[in-house]
Order: sequence, then structure tokens, then C-alpha cells
Amino acid sequence: MSDLQSQDYIRRSATTLTPPSVRDHEQEVAKLIDVSRCIGCKACQAACMEWNNLRAEIGYFEGSYDNPSDLNPSTWTLMRFTEWEDEKGNLEWLIRKDGCMHCEDPGCLKACPAPGAIVQYANGIVDFISENCIGCGYCVKGCPFNIPRIDPVDHKSYKCTLCSDRVGVGLEPACVKACPTGAIMFGSKSDMTMWAGERVEDLKSRGFANAGLYDPPGVSGTHVMYVLHHADRPSLYAGLPDKPRIDPFVGAWKGLFKPVALAGIAFAVAAGFFHWITAGPNEVEPEDEVKGRRLLEKGDKA
Amino acid sequence: MTHREGVLTRNTAAARINHWITGICFVLLLLSGLAMFYPLMYPLSALFGGGQWTRAAHPWFGVVLMLSYLGLFVQFVRDNFPTRADGAWLAAIPRVIVNEEEGVPEVARFNAGQKFVFWSMTFLVPILFVTGLAIWEVYFSAYTSIETQRIAVLLHSLCAIAAILVWIVHVYAAIWVKGSIRAMTQGYVTPGWAWRHHRAWLRSLAATGSTGPRPRARRG
Repeated sequence: MSDLQSQDYIRRSATTLTPPSVRDHEQEVAKLIDVSRCIGCKACQAACMEWNNLRAEIGYFEGSYDNPSDLNPSTWTLMRFTEWEDEKGNLEWLIRKDGCMHCEDPGCLKACPAPGAIVQYANGIVDFISENCIGCGYCVKGCPFNIPRIDPVDHKSYKCTLCSDRVGVGLEPACVKACPTGAIMFGSKSDMTMWAGERVEDLKSRGFANAGLYDPPGVSGTHVMYVLHHADRPSLYAGLPDKPRIDPFVGAWKGLFKPVALAGIAFAVAAGFFHWITAGPNEVEPEDEVKGRRLLEKGDKA
Repeated sequence: MTHREGVLTRNTAAARINHWITGICFVLLLLSGLAMFYPLMYPLSALFGGGQWTRAAHPWFGVVLMLSYLGLFVQFVRDNFPTRADGAWLAAIPRVIVNEEEGVPEVARFNAGQKFVFWSMTFLVPILFVTGLAIWEVYFSAYTSIETQRIAVLLHSLCAIAAILVWIVHVYAAIWVKGSIRAMTQGYVTPGWAWRHHRAWLRSLAATGSTGPRPRARRG
């Protein structure tokens, strides 16, 4: 969406001033992925490729239904299949549509050093603006969900845009449109949270006592949420983080250290300058030359 | 380069070339690194042809600096080992700061401050190099875990800021103590400079009839 004047930024990477934000009244949106209704058909994956015009390189069979085996610069969403045996010995096939979670507090954006390479719109969508991306990979370190992928050819970072171009003109994301079972829903975040509540009630009534909504508070909530039958153990679903948050090392690096470091450098330069205008340069006096030369002559004779 | 009559060689041509390759790399690393460290410094990336070029060039400057610093280490380490006299010199530093060097313990080729710069860089440069490799996305991102890279990038920035502070001390000391810059550009100092700042070094040269930078090796 880089060519559209959004003017509804709530965050802009590596930017210390307020970005254009006059149109920031819009509602927060959310995509709700109801894992319990997913049949693993991969229509969402195909729709994502089609709408975003992505053609990943043909890969190899890796022994699982995951295809391709991982996210890559041309695969922004991926069905991850997990075969899990519950306590009663029943096999459960857990299928999770992986992709950017569009965190309310995005670690990628926090880590990004390039002004405007990552933005967050008032509707909550986190978008990569490729022309500003410098390919450093800091977003990879910032992300608690291991989502961004750097293209080895153009050195740009890619991930799901939540179809910001479609949402911007009032359409739902392509994956939502393609889902045949209604497992992927899209709307305002409050509507999706309410709908998730109904789904969780239903699942609980059907014996999934730990069913719940995945909207992790460690990143101030996400704009992609899951309904999980085992919300007490998100990591069952192909390693979905149980308690995602921006890594403390990233927090330290991008937090207090930055201004303190800059102030330290400024202080050192200022200290040098004020020493110069008070103590002044240390110059060799003519008598030093006399003494130095005398010592050398004496030494020569010795 | 032919020096004036009666001056002393402070740094050989090899040491000077080595020093300035290191110095130029350091400045390039500083500019490109700060561009990627703090938003207000990002415009510095224009000096390198934009953000992508800055990101691509920075690690290569680092590789050259690492190799170059190895050379500096080999050339200067012998005169940088701490000695008992360094403590006494450090104790007298309040006088050194205000340019009253008379009565300050005599200094050999390098004083304790110079040794501090040498050992700080000797400690920081390899850490910067190794952590830099870990976050060199293009070639090495596949060989380390993301968690390792997070630690590496924090360490890299901490060490970089430490190195910049040490560098500021180094550059200012060279500006402050007149004659030092010439010692690293043209390579020579006057006997008066040596008498004033490195008298023990001057004595060792005089005793062996050497014109620097090191006393003539004794034979037999």
C-alpha cells in the first residue's frame, strides 16, 4: 500500500516524530481463525498466492502435509499440520493457518532501523513498505512469532499484509473470502472477539473445557486471533508461542539503551571540547626541545 | 619520507599505513552503523548510497577492519603490556589533564591511557566481528538461531558504543597533545616532544643510539 496516502498511521518504524495520522478514527479490525472449523484444504493459501500474485519456487515433499515446509518470501500464509494424541489416546489433527499476527505492539516495527519500512495503520494492520526496507533482518529478531522472511535476491522482508489493499477499500482479506467453512472470519476486533466468545462457549459445551481465544496480552493483543480447542496449550499447534512478547534482549537494545548511548557519545564529545577551551592544547616548550636534544647527544656519546 | 635532521621516528611507514586503513574503516563503520542504530542518524545512510547500500557495505568495512586491526595488534602489542609504572602515571592523571607533566612519572613508548585504548579495542573489535557475523543476514543468518541473533545484535550495539567512546578519547588525545597527529601522518616527533611526553622512551632510544621507534636491539 506504499503508494496510497494513508494518513492513518499509528506507528512508523525508526520515526521519532508523529507520522501522518489525521485519519486515525477508523475501527480496529481483526481476522479470527477458528481452528476447530478448519478442514485443512489450503484454499486460504491458494487465495493468498492469487491475490498477492506470489509464486513460490516448487519445493520437495518433506514428509508432512505442510506445503511448502515453511513460510518464505513468497508464502505469506501456511497451513501447519500437527498430529497430537490427547490424554485419552485420541488422535487430534490440529491445523493452524500460520502467518503474521499483526500485533498491537509489533516487535518487527520496534526493531526496524529504516524509517517507514514498517508501519501500523489505525485499523491495526502492520504493513511492510518494501521500498523503504533495507534488508537488515532486524524485523526477524523483533518478531515473537518468527514470521518475516528476507528474500535472498532483492533483500526485502516479506510477510502477510492482512490484505491491507483490500481492507483499505472495504473488502475482506483474500483468505477470508476463500475459506469454504467459515473458519476464517474478518471484521472489527470487538465483533470478532464477541463471535469468538460464542464459538468458545460452543466448544466448551462439546467437551473442550480449555477452549479459548488466543489474543496474547504480551504483545498487547493481536489483529489475527485464533479460537483454539486447547487454549491452555497454544504450543500444541505447531509451536504457537504460549506467552509471546517482544524478547527482552530486543527490548533492551531498542529501549533505554538507544538514547543513553547517544547521550553518552554527545557527552564525550562535549567533554573533549570543554577540556580544549579550558586546559587547552598540550604544546612542546622550547626548553623541552633543549632538554630532549641534550639527552640524545649525551646518549650518543655513551 | 625523509625526516628533518635530529627527529625521532615514532611510527614506521608500515604502522602508519596499517593505522590509517583501520582508522578509515572505523569511521566508515561508525557512520554506517549509527545510521542503522538511531533514527535521527539514518540520513547518514545517504553517504553510502542509501539504506540498502549501507546495510550491504557495513559488514565488509568490518571485515577489513578486523584484518587490519590484527596487523596493528602485532605491531604494537610489545609496547602495550601493562607495567608497574602505569599505576603511578594513572595516579598522577589529574596533573596530566591540566598539562602539568613535570614530576609525572616518566612514560615509555605508550602511557597508561594509550594502553587503555589499545586493550579496549583489542577486546571490543573481535567481539564486534563475531557478533557482526551472527547478524550478517545475507551470508550467516541460517547458521544461528534467532535468539542467538538477538543477543548478538544487543552485544554488537553495546560494544560499538563502547568502541566509539574509546575512539573519541583516542582522537581527542591526538588533537590535545600537539605533535601526536604528525607522529601518525609523517611518522616523526621532535626530541622535545619525546622528552615532554615519553621520556623513558627517549632515554631508551638515546641509550642505544636508535632514532626510533624502538631501542636498538643489543647484540651479544
